[in-house]
Amino acid sequence: MSMPDPGPPSARRLTIGEALREAIAEEMRRDASVFLIGEDIGIAGGFGGAFGVYLGLPEEFGHDRIVDTPISEKVIAGAAVGAAALGMRPIADMQYSDFLFECMDELVNQAAKLRYMSGGKVSVPLVMRAPVGATNRGAQHGQSPESYFVHVPGLKVVCVSDAYNAKGLLKSAVRDDNPVLFFEHKLLYGSKGREQAGGLDLTAEVPEEAYLVPIGRAVVKRPGQDVTVVATHLALYRTLAAAEELGPLLGASTSSFRITLLMEEGPVREAVRRLHRALVTEGEETRSPAD
Amino acid sequence: MAVVAAQLETGTLVDLYRSMLLIRRFEETVYYLFLEGEIPGTLHQYQGQEAVAVGICDVLRPTDWITSTHRPHGHALAKGVTPRAAMAELYGKATGCCAGKGGSMHLGDPAVGMLPAIAIVGGGNTVVTGIGLAFQLRRSDQVAVCFFGDGASNEGAFHEGMNFAAVRKLPVVFVCENNLYGASTPFHRVSALVDVADRAAAYGIPGHVVDGMDVLAVREAGAAAVAAARAGEGPTLLECKTYRFVGHSRSDARGYRDSDEEAAWKERDPIPQLRAVLAERAAVGQDEVTVIEREVEAVIDDAVEFARASPDADPNEALTDVYA
Repeated sequence: MSMPDPGPPSARRLTIGEALREAIAEEMRRDASVFLIGEDIGIAGGFGGAFGVYLGLPEEFGHDRIVDTPISEKVIAGAAVGAAALGMRPIADMQYSDFLFECMDELVNQAAKLRYMSGGKVSVPLVMRAPVGATNRGAQHGQSPESYFVHVPGLKVVCVSDAYNAKGLLKSAVRDDNPVLFFEHKLLYGSKGREQAGGLDLTAEVPEEAYLVPIGRAVVKRPGQDVTVVATHLALYRTLAAAEELGPLLGASTSSFRITLLMEEGPVREAVRRLHRALVTEGEETRSPAD
Repeated sequence: MAVVAAQLETGTLVDLYRSMLLIRRFEETVYYLFLEGEIPGTLHQYQGQEAVAVGICDVLRPTDWITSTHRPHGHALAKGVTPRAAMAELYGKATGCCAGKGGSMHLGDPAVGMLPAIAIVGGGNTVVTGIGLAFQLRRSDQVAVCFFGDGASNEGAFHEGMNFAAVRKLPVVFVCENNLYGASTPFHRVSALVDVADRAAAYGIPGHVVDGMDVLAVREAGAAAVAAARAGEGPTLLECKTYRFVGHSRSDARGYRDSDEEAAWKERDPIPQLRAVLAERAAVGQDEVTVIEREVEAVIDDAVEFARASPDADPNEALTDVYA
């Protein structure tokens, strides 16, 4: 299988988790207004976030800029909104994206609306990171709610599928003057992926120097002439595997769409216009077998 | 009231009187214009509660911030949004403080330290902690005040915001305006505790009941709470007992309230109370009060004329400012 960006053998390869950590550290070094807020992110001897992304950061940045909160998702999001409105650039952490429903008011009514309600006088440059994806954790720790938020004007929604784009996109999200929901997949953080993810090699070449990947552009992972497949997260890898298997029968143009604005002008729409066939694959919930 | 008044300069007392009167006349005028069909949308008005916004905002600096609610006209005027900019916003005009995109429930302006008012009950109670956190992280001595109603005290956001502010010792003051009703529902029907202020004990912070019809009492309590917040001592919960003289919103006939209760609270109208203090303690006589009243009326007339003469918000701007 042709899996994530194969760099030269000598190139440095990072996992998504490592790439995210590097992006956070670079942005915190660059801009004193960037800070972290969430549950279990900076406690000494703790987890460094539910998936370890923050490990090592308190040693460099201290605890002032790593704000450990009570288990209070409304206050995580609300404090991020208030601080962002005052010009800070919070990177907020939701341990599981399922918990975003605890702070829908702060995200949908406050973060997304303040700029409009103020006639453009207030900006809310916050990032909310949240892991998605069904694993073996049950019904309340396995949802993929990113599409809910695509319905909200004022929010940007980013889905990352590989380490190179994870780093460049998170840095762009931090610098974006809008609230950005940044969705990562639980099975894609590590170097091998979980067994459930097919034991993929999920490392990618990630330059040590700073770079940005702009929000809102799809990446063509496999060119083809038959159908445009738009995929995110783990579904991207499943789709690439399927395309490999069907190769002789079907060419596929597979994109990892990093901002889920399908109707926006851009590569996805151009590809659909050209091929007239589109398929969206993502790790969404289904309602019933008949769905 | 008398003891506190004796310690204040006459100029301060006059300023407090003028600010409360400005809000009262603004609200009376707006109500009339709404009934005339000039002002669109809906209104949640502040008549009766003026002492709270004025007493608290008088001890704030221009660089301090406030959050407000669906009933924000008084907070906006007290914090420094001009009557012109507030009135034009109610009219949906391009010259409004939110360019006509906020309307009555979202008055505010970052230039005067007021976030656009948050019309979701309890919404400000978490957002204010972020404002306080920004001040704390920047090692600034600015303070953030959260105005909210008795209704918000039953929202989860009240708990999360106050607990977080308390544990981080954020420079925040929580000002509950308990006007006895959440829309039509009496507070005693929805809280087994009589005083919201008692809930402060659950967060390990000071909580005080304040006479919200006495602007000097509010000012004194506010000054102490703001000073503590500024000094890094953390948040205070002030519960100002007050009463709205009008309905919850413009269509409310107030059938759930008893006229004796309304009359008793109107006896305690904060504006005549301060007028009496001005006369007794500061030797500000009726002539001077009449001058202030005329000046305030001229300011309101000017605001209405400004709003009427201003251009409507441009329909071409309807979909701008969604993203930065």
